[in-house]
Amino acid sequence: MAATEIARQAGEGARAVPLSGHVGFDSMPDQLVNKSVNHGFCFNILCVGETGLGKSTLMDTLFNTKFEGDPTQHNQPGVQLKSNTYELQESNVRLKLTIVNSVGFGDQINKEDSYKPIVEFIDTQFEAYLQEELKIKRTLHSYHDTRVHACLYFISPTGHSLKSLDLVTMKKLDSKVNIIPIIAKSDAISKSELAKFKIKITSELVSNGVQIYQFPTDDETVAEINSTMNGHLPFAVVGSTEEVKIGNKMVKARQYPWGTVQVENENHCDFVKLREMLIRVNMEDLREQTHTRHYELYRRCKLEEMGFKDTDPDSKPFSLQETYEAKRNEFMGELQKKEEEMRQMFVQRVKEKEAELKEAEKELHEKFDRLKKLHQDEKKKLEDKKKSLDDELNIFKQKKTAAELLQSQAQQAGGSTTLKRDKERKNFF
Amino acid sequence: MADTAKTTHPQPAGRPEKGAEFGYVGIDAILEQMRRKAMKQGFELNIMVVGQSGLGKSTLINTLFKSKVSRRSVMPSDEERIPKTIEIKSVSHDIEEKGVRMKLTVIDTPGFGDQINNENCWQPIMKFINEQYEQYLQEEINISRKKRIPDSRVHCCIYFIPPTGHCLRPIDIEFMRHLSKVVNIVPVIAKADTLTLEERDFFKQKIREDLRVNEIEVYPQKEFDEDSEDRMINDKIREMIPFAVVGSDQEYQVNGKRLLGRKTRWGTVEVENTAHCEFAYLRDLLIRTHMQNLKDITSSIHYEVYRVRRLNENNTHPSDQPNGHSNGVPTHEVLSHEM
Repeated sequence: MAATEIARQAGEGARAVPLSGHVGFDSMPDQLVNKSVNHGFCFNILCVGETGLGKSTLMDTLFNTKFEGDPTQHNQPGVQLKSNTYELQESNVRLKLTIVNSVGFGDQINKEDSYKPIVEFIDTQFEAYLQEELKIKRTLHSYHDTRVHACLYFISPTGHSLKSLDLVTMKKLDSKVNIIPIIAKSDAISKSELAKFKIKITSELVSNGVQIYQFPTDDETVAEINSTMNGHLPFAVVGSTEEVKIGNKMVKARQYPWGTVQVENENHCDFVKLREMLIRVNMEDLREQTHTRHYELYRRCKLEEMGFKDTDPDSKPFSLQETYEAKRNEFMGELQKKEEEMRQMFVQRVKEKEAELKEAEKELHEKFDRLKKLHQDEKKKLEDKKKSLDDELNIFKQKKTAAELLQSQAQQAGGSTTLKRDKERKNFF
Repeated sequence: MADTAKTTHPQPAGRPEKGAEFGYVGIDAILEQMRRKAMKQGFELNIMVVGQSGLGKSTLINTLFKSKVSRRSVMPSDEERIPKTIEIKSVSHDIEEKGVRMKLTVIDTPGFGDQINNENCWQPIMKFINEQYEQYLQEEINISRKKRIPDSRVHCCIYFIPPTGHCLRPIDIEFMRHLSKVVNIVPVIAKADTLTLEERDFFKQKIREDLRVNEIEVYPQKEFDEDSEDRMINDKIREMIPFAVVGSDQEYQVNGKRLLGRKTRWGTVEVENTAHCEFAYLRDLLIRTHMQNLKDITSSIHYEVYRVRRLNENNTHPSDQPNGHSNGVPTHEVLSHEM
């Protein structure tokens, strides 16, 4: 038997080695990008804001397409989330874009629970991903990722400060999703008011400890532009899909009697900045933050809640699987118990119903018997009557024959007397 | 940042009316963002070389990566010893080319096939590969995970076939049969400059025949072709494997140019000349075109198979398992439990 021991040297801290020629692995980023292009991308945006703040219009403007049909109503009983998925393609990039709109947010009289459906929605997406990741046979690379990558929070252009609803909602969402606050319909605010508004908003967010998404500044190529943009938050945007002729070009704008607000003019609003940051510069970072920070946090909390712990060096390394198995058995046991219970209940119900039916049957039989008896009585009575009638008839007949006999005898004897009597009668008249 | 005005318009699929097209949105800038992220993070590649001693494994790795990544060639030859047991030596290097950084780990297996009795010589290697999967799995199921799990899984195993010219030996078949189920195997004919072109073609044919008869799927595996384009490219490769390679890290003057080659009295074998040997094809396959694919197949297929098997087992600690378990073949039916 060959003695096969393994003497292993752990890979030492890698030393840098110079290359003496062109190897060719600089094509690796290209290979990676090609693979992703073949696969397609997905991006999910959640728009939270009161009804009528121009959420749908802004999405249309951002992605240069007309997404949805009619604007939503104001009479919703609670906050609901409507989600739509679209497939966009630009050059060779296929994007599966999901836009989730909050419907009815801020319309209720009591807004205490308005944030709950939103938090639930985000958690549901995390949960779905977690479930897929924990499956035994899983297909992670072809899984349609529905986790929310960016949350655009629409702030009403009051010009004063944040509403308490906004603060509460953002506080609840900041640990679950990347929040990008934007001031909607900002053509309602003048420039000076806007600057003050922005400062007020940022200070309120800071003082309430709300963590909004900061554009990343660690990569030198984009650090500069990102840090400048961080100073412009929240973006004051205007959305419009209508085109107006300015000079000799058609531009997206909103036309008022006193002037035209051009959407893509940086002096008029921050739309271009938003598009730049959201799509052209940081889309990948938003996805990464969602996966590595928010999702991991959710996962950690969820697993700890379910009773798993990270292993100590001396405990069994597979406690996750064990606990999972145990929980599963527990769950199956409960399921079986419930099944038994249901079965019992079913059997009982069947018995009861049977008894009821038997009762009814018995009653029916009794009724039938009674009716039969009644019928028989009637019949008997009728027969009796018939009999008595028959008897009477017989007696009558007898009497009749007797009478006729008498009559015929009498007639023979006193046939003349009748004649006389007749004559007398005639003479009388 | 891509900000050129493009004329292609975003088209929402599945909508009956085409949306009004306004121009460029910038979705394709995500490619650039991904590229940037990848360059910043760097890449990892783990290659294992398996073969008898003296087949030129270390030289080939050095030739592939144009640097002295394999230490054997650094040691003086009279100190070379044939180890009494199979050792698994893993050495990592950081290499960089045009801004792309890569952590290359070469896993050498000196002692393979060198004993008199080579039974089960593939087992330590199989065990090593499974241990890397295990390590990754443990990291993955942690509650608090690292941002980026260090990937030490073997992406590719280059198996060196000695240039006998006849057919595969039993040890070759045994090894490849067991290991092709857990790792991507790229078989190469070592020291191919000892075969003439006809002998080489005959040898290759025999090898392909042997692989087919024994149902050994080497990389690129037929079942993992994603679409017809893939299949076309991979079919061409499958017609050429195993590559007949020659390795060298010495340069000689040939026709006025300095080329890597092996100089003999009857001529110089140019390593990168495709008329002489197929090193260039191997390099292109491994590095320039299919490197990402190798990693993908390892992570989404081989690793997943391991994970399924592991999660279906009944809580046995990996080190409790006897050696016979780690042969890559599932010991019981894999059921698809779902949460």
